[in-house]
Order: sequence, then C-alpha cells, then structure tokens
Amino acid sequence: MPHADYAIAVVLLLLGLHGVLASASLVRKLMALGVVQVAVIVLFVSLSAKSGAQPPIVAPGAEAPLARAHVNPLPHALMLTAIVVGVSTTGVALALLVRIQRRYGTLDEAELLRRLRE
Amino acid sequence: MTEHLPVLIVTLPLAAAVVVPVVALASGRAARAVSLGALAASHLAALAALRAVLADGTWRYPLGGWPEPWGIEYVLDPLAGAMAVLVSFMALVAACYAGGAPAGASRSSGVEHALHLLLAAGLVGIVLAGDAFNLFVFLEISALAGYGLLARGGDRAAVAVFRYLLVGTIAASFYLLGVGYLYAVTGTLGLADLAARLPAVAETGIVGVALALVVVGLALKIALYPLHGWLPDAYAHAPAPALAFVASATGKVGVYVLLRFLFFVFPEGEASRRVLELLGLAGALAVVAGSLFALAERDLRRMLACSSVGQIGYLVLGLALANAWGLVGALLHAANHAVMKACLFMAAANVSESTGAARVDDYAGVARHLPLTMAAFVAASLSMIGLPPFGGFFSKWYLVLGALERGAWLYVLAIVASSLLTAAYLFRVLEQAYFRAPAPEAREGAALAPSIGREARPAQLVPVLVLALGVLGLGLFNQLLVDAALVPALPARVR
Repeated sequence: MPHADYAIAVVLLLLGLHGVLASASLVRKLMALGVVQVAVIVLFVSLSAKSGAQPPIVAPGAEAPLARAHVNPLPHALMLTAIVVGVSTTGVALALLVRIQRRYGTLDEAELLRRLRE
Repeated sequence: MTEHLPVLIVTLPLAAAVVVPVVALASGRAARAVSLGALAASHLAALAALRAVLADGTWRYPLGGWPEPWGIEYVLDPLAGAMAVLVSFMALVAACYAGGAPAGASRSSGVEHALHLLLAAGLVGIVLAGDAFNLFVFLEISALAGYGLLARGGDRAAVAVFRYLLVGTIAASFYLLGVGYLYAVTGTLGLADLAARLPAVAETGIVGVALALVVVGLALKIALYPLHGWLPDAYAHAPAPALAFVASATGKVGVYVLLRFLFFVFPEGEASRRVLELLGLAGALAVVAGSLFALAERDLRRMLACSSVGQIGYLVLGLALANAWGLVGALLHAANHAVMKACLFMAAANVSESTGAARVDDYAGVARHLPLTMAAFVAASLSMIGLPPFGGFFSKWYLVLGALERGAWLYVLAIVASSLLTAAYLFRVLEQAYFRAPAPEAREGAALAPSIGREARPAQLVPVLVLALGVLGLGLFNQLLVDAALVPALPARVR
C-alpha cells in the first residue's frame, strides 16, 4: 500500500480526537491530546524514512555524499522542536489540572461542570 | 544596528521575558521598566522596519547569514511590516495598562510581565516567520503565553483555559499536519519556496487536504463561527490587562496567517476558490451570530467577548471577498478592532474596579462618576457600530464596497444586520450609563467608601484615552493609512 504512513497518521489523529471528545476525565483528555500530537510526529518522521540509508553523518574528508544514501535529517530536527512544544503544552495543562483538582476536588468533566454551576 | 531591525522586533521582547522574572525579585518597578522598554524598542524597530520596507521593498533577513532553503529567514514585506507595527503597538499599550494595575507581590508581577512579553514575541514572530514550521513554533509560543495570561483570572479561568488549551493544541496539530503534507509533496517549508513549487502540484488531492487542514486549524485558533465555542468562557474570567492584549492581537494574527496562506502561498484554483467560498459563508454567519450572542449576554465582559466572535467574522468576510476592497477592509478592520476592543475591555475594567459594575444593569449612572472613561467607551462603541468619523465606519465601508463589487448582496445584508445588532447591544450600556440614575445600593456603596465611583489612576486611564484617540485617528486618517501601508500590502493577484 503506497503511503500507508499518511493513513496511519490520520488514524492516530482521529483516535486522539475521539479521546479528547469522548473521555470523561480531564486527565484522559490530556493523554488523548498527546496522541493527536504524536500522530503529526509519526507523519514527519516517516517522511524521512529510507530503507538501506545511513544516518546523516558524513566523516571528514569523505567523497561528496549522496543524498539518497542518507536519511533526511530535517524532519527529525523539526520533530525534536515539536516534541518540546508538546512537552511545554502538557506542562501548562497539568499545572491547570492541579489547580482545578485543588479547587473543585475532581477531574471528572460532568462532576466538574456540576460543581461549577453551584 | 539598522540591518538587524527585523530580528530585533522579535528578540527584544523574547530576551526581556527571560530577564524580567529575575529582575522582579529585586524590584517590581525595575521589572516594569525593562518590560516597557523592550516593548517600546520592539515597536520602534517595527516602525523603522516598515518604513524601510515601504521604501525599498521586501526585506529578507537570514538568521546567522544562512539563506533559504538551508537557513531560517525572517521575511518582512509590507503586509508583515504593518501587522508587526499593529501587534507591537497593542503589546506596548496593554503593558502600560497592565503596569498600572495595583502592584501585587513582585514575584507574581514578574511572571505577568514575562508572559506578556512572551506573547508579544510569539505574535510578532508569527508575522515575521519566513517558513511554515517557525510559524508553528511561534504560534505555540504565543498560545502557551496566552493560556498562562488568561488562566491568571481565578479558578473558573483555569477550567475555561484548559478547554481552550485542548482546542488550541488540536488546532496547532491540524496546522502542522497540513504543513507536513505540504513538505511531503514539495520538499520545502519556506513560504516563498512553497509559493513557487505548489502551482505544479496544485490539483493533487494531498495539496487539497493540506489546505483544508491548515484552514481548519487556523479557523479554530481565531474562533471563527461555528468553531468559536472556547472563546467566551476563556475570555470571561481573564484579568483585564491580559484580556486587552490577548483579545485585540491574537485573533488578528491568526487571520494574518490565513491571509498569508490563502493569498501568498496556495495558488489560485478550484480548491482555494472553494475554501474562500466556505470562509465567506462562515464569516457572514459569524458577524450575525456573534452579535446575537453579544445581545443575549448581560455580563459586560462576556458581551464584549462574544462580540469578538462577530468581529473576527468581518475580517474573514473581507478575505473571502478576494478583491482589493475586501482585503483593505479586512486589514483596516483588524487595526480598528484591535484598538477599539482593547479600549472597551480596559474601560470596562476601569468601571468595574471603580464601581464594581460587571453587568449591563450595573452601569446605571456610571457616566456621572467616570466621565472620561465612559467618553472613551462611547468613542469605541460608535466605532464598533460603524458610525463616521470613527475607524469602524471606514473598514465596514470598504467591506461593503468589496461585497458590492462581487455582487454578494448576502454579505452586504450580513454586515448591515450585524451593525444594527451591535448598536442594539452597545446602546444598552450607554443608555444605562448616561440616562439612568444609579441604583440605590450603588449610592449606598459610594457613601461607604469615598474611593468608589472615581476615575481610575492615570496609569490606567491614559491608555484608555490613547486608544480612544486612536479610534478617532484611524477614522480621520484612514485614507492616508490605506494608501501608504495597506495597498502596498495587498497580494499581487488582487492589486
């Protein structure tokens, strides 16, 4: 199947979205959000995959390197940044959850909405 | 020094954001000075850069001297320059106002300043980024800073902001997935490079999917109806100084990215035509629905937040018209709405701090106690409704001209209907403030504490008045602004 990686990214994305929408607990929503982000990371990393290629490291004094003999390093570099962005987002979200838990004593969405209405 | 202007616009607030929390431990006043200094310098750099760009054409700044496609570039064209000036100005005015708020613990004020600076750096970064990935990173920097700022409004704010965070992150993932598909077909991330390579593959399905993902992601970020659900709650509990900046700048920058992708990156064609049609429909619905939501709200802050949903609709409507009048109207309305909505939020915050008024009915007789603040509120309201000579009239006028040129009567109808609804929800407030006597319990309150019912301190009043004058200035000098900065900013295909 050509471009199975594209399809896998979309399936992961949809699973994550379903989790964000359908989970009752805010923590599970946050974990599902992680799946959404991973879907994108999987796509980018799969773009640079090449069978039989080497890591993009060229020894000093080597002959002019062939692009097709090396893995494309750019998507990996991009995704390192995207992972950092994801970690920061998770950090902020967890800080918010701690505050919600301390104030309302629950992280269950329905229960939280009920207590907010009181 | 001058050859590094583009990078200074971003790095000054970014560097200050790192320094300020440390400085704040020693002295809150010094932290405020550093923060205001960095934002003022960033604004001056943006002004100087815009002037240079208008004189000499697009300015490409390769970071570290590495040109595209190997390095990272900041690209300053007239459109980016104009947006950078607007965003850095709003950051500066909102920071002046934020600094005017009663000083709390110096550690917490340091965090507040740092988040404000980070948001400013993120937003101007989005505007200047020359490639789609750096744009994503700045989008998330600004989003994270925005979550932090909005969440400082108490426990209810934390719940609303958590929801905003879920939506915002999903939106950013959509955008990044779209960019990934574009990278897969073109092998480049540079916006200019993409524009050059996309026409060859424009009719493929993958480019259509990428376009859809980018547009839906951005529509979520700007809270375009019907994807606006997160906005009213996230804005309703936020502290006023943060709100004045977040509400006035983030949506505008999101629309800027939409404009950049639809008119500078993606080629003209069937897919982009259909997207514009859908956006036009959503924009027309947004202007009417946003105003209806605002009319239904009795809490002033929520009312203004809902009205932002409608105002974003005007901008998107202008893009969807895809002609010179429409885009000029959208850009001018971006400036107008930033200034007038910040003015309204700040004026409302001054009133509620002074009298405790939060709901429309609490505004009875307020104008007697706070004549200057309410005068600014009136100026911004008239501009929102679209009465001359205030700025809002002219941007709506250009939008109507654009719609007439397209023969889109439905859009004209939506703009007029929304203006009438805007008049309905804002006149309610003005009627209370000017023609009703204060409620008896408010008078009792005034008797108890002599400070109640007075104008705010100058640090909180002056930014409001400056913005009110800005509303008037944007109207009186709109022709100048349009000819000098907005017409050169238009994409080549509509000029």
